[in-house]
Amino acid sequence: MLAFRHGNDFLNPLLFFVMTTSLVPLAISPAPTQLAIIAPGMIWITALLATLLALDGMFKDDFADGSLFQIILSPQPLWLLVLAKVSAHWLITGLPITLMAPLLGMMLALPQDGYLPLIIGLATGTACFSLIGAVGAALTVSLSKGGVLLSLIVMPLYFPVLIFGASAVQRGVEGLDYLPVLALLGAFFTFALLTGPFAAAAALKVGVNG
Amino acid sequence: MVSSPLFELQDITFERDDQALFEGLSVNLCGGEILQVSGPNGCGKTTLLHILANLKSPSQGQILWRGETTRGNPSYLAEQAFIGHQPGVKLALSARENLSWYTQLYDSDTQLSIDQALDKVGLKTRKDLPCSTYSAGQLRRVALASLHLRDATLWLLDEPLTALDSEGINELEALFSAHLSDGGMIIFSSHQTLSLAQVGNLALADYSVSVQC
Amino acid sequence: MWQFIKKWFHRFGTPRWFYHTTSRWLPWLALVSIGLLVLGSIWGLGFAPEDARQGNSYRIIYIHVPISVLAMVGYYIMAAAGAVALIWKIKLADMVMVSAAPIGAAFTFLALLTGSIWGKPTWGTYWVWDARITSMLVLLFLYLGVIALNQAFTSRDTAYKACAILSLVGTVNIPIIYKSVDWWYTLHQPATIKLTGASTIHPDMLKPLLVMIVGFYCFYALLLILHTRVEILRRERRSSWVKGLIR
Repeated sequence: MLAFRHGNDFLNPLLFFVMTTSLVPLAISPAPTQLAIIAPGMIWITALLATLLALDGMFKDDFADGSLFQIILSPQPLWLLVLAKVSAHWLITGLPITLMAPLLGMMLALPQDGYLPLIIGLATGTACFSLIGAVGAALTVSLSKGGVLLSLIVMPLYFPVLIFGASAVQRGVEGLDYLPVLALLGAFFTFALLTGPFAAAAALKVGVNG
Repeated sequence: MVSSPLFELQDITFERDDQALFEGLSVNLCGGEILQVSGPNGCGKTTLLHILANLKSPSQGQILWRGETTRGNPSYLAEQAFIGHQPGVKLALSARENLSWYTQLYDSDTQLSIDQALDKVGLKTRKDLPCSTYSAGQLRRVALASLHLRDATLWLLDEPLTALDSEGINELEALFSAHLSDGGMIIFSSHQTLSLAQVGNLALADYSVSVQC
Repeated sequence: MWQFIKKWFHRFGTPRWFYHTTSRWLPWLALVSIGLLVLGSIWGLGFAPEDARQGNSYRIIYIHVPISVLAMVGYYIMAAAGAVALIWKIKLADMVMVSAAPIGAAFTFLALLTGSIWGKPTWGTYWVWDARITSMLVLLFLYLGVIALNQAFTSRDTAYKACAILSLVGTVNIPIIYKSVDWWYTLHQPATIKLTGASTIHPDMLKPLLVMIVGFYCFYALLLILHTRVEILRRERRSSWVKGLIR
């Protein structure tokens, strides 16, 4: 069932992530002290944008070639198939981004204590992005110009994740206890995991009728 | 064949944005019967097939399968096979991979293997090439091969004849009559006429309230 | 009992019934809301005592607070209407939902605008990344998302279902967003700027405020009904009863 993974589009979000992050020193300042202040936030924002980039194609390719109908009509529960899609999306965006993040953290002079919360936070946070984004992607699946719209409707829902994620890193850097923040993020992830696939499945049934 | 219809459409009406596309459509279908939906472009052929496949719900009326409503009916979903406008074939995968994805999706275990199904639709030599190298007609054949892999009673086919060559159409007719003699049912939409004798015709234009083309 | 309620809903949830009934209510509702708003304004602006620290500039709360309240309530009204439309497929509910979106967005925008006008004399700047302001901004984004989604679909039936799902997802998220923004704010800046909370307000200031809140509620209802009526006429323009109205 996970033969969904094919092609090499998993490189593109990752490259986007690396490139936009490397714009930061060019646009602001290469001084390590300044970079260290903005590093947690910048990494999180670019990670968010990179996952958004790949979100549009989550169901759209299947819609274009007609296999989405087969997925909806199959006897498997739709939310389970949506969950499979979401996991696939996370594997091609969230996971490589999480693995790449320490390297970028180093390039942005992120202090040492920030790495662990950064990695844990990004791993859960990008999964939240994929789960919430699936609802938006499902709603806009039939719209040919859904890309920008999708970002518009999904981004406000990303606020809590960004806040928790970035401040966990911040707290790590400042030497404070970051575990409660990560716990909040984990709670949010659990919640998204329990509700997201069902909402996305309902949205998909509506969305295909565009 | 038994006389009681397996598949009943009762007074189906479909409105899009408060405007009726077709109205009061009632059809009964027994095992071994085939129905062609015809009509001008934009009269709702695809919409009707989507409604029959449970992808859309009708504004009024109901659809019965073996006397029970098809809405949220898992046994109905298990017994119908739908192929839409697009063949539903992933271009990056080969025909064999596509069909193995399909069989896993539907948990189907038929006697025919994927290889045999592909042989039947005349794609013997290209099974492992990526589908992006296929022509439109060959993609259509891959989709039709999926019918071999399911034990579905009711086939819902949206424009199955497009892009098929005359040989392909002959093969499709043979496939249809084999399915019908097994007691299967077929509803398909097309502008072309098949040479099969028993094709019933449903001219959708007769039910159209306002045809917007 | 349940069957009865359902039947009642379907019977009285018809756009036609709504249109005719509200025709009778509208003048009264308009009168009440204008009356309350005028009364509240005069009372609040003219007779309520001056604030000890902020002087007269605090009087903008008589507009700002009611609008902010309604901006938030409006989202829930929209989502509730969306849920009703999705579950019971009542046409009227989806018309209400579609109408609530632009009104809510306008109220949210006005809340931000009056807030920043108030902010200038009080904090010395138009914009502060304060928890409430940020939450309002997110709310505005949510509204705009719903409106944009609604306009993107060519089929209205799909559009309202999509918007209903989006607004429901938004509703679930709003408390989380608010909590997180709140928490984020206390983390970054200790609360040096304290808004005049309703609990610390003087009773003489509070009374006109309550009048204004009720007035704005009526005003909101008025706008929503008017907008829904326009939506009804637009969608049912082919039906015989609308044609009868024109004639």
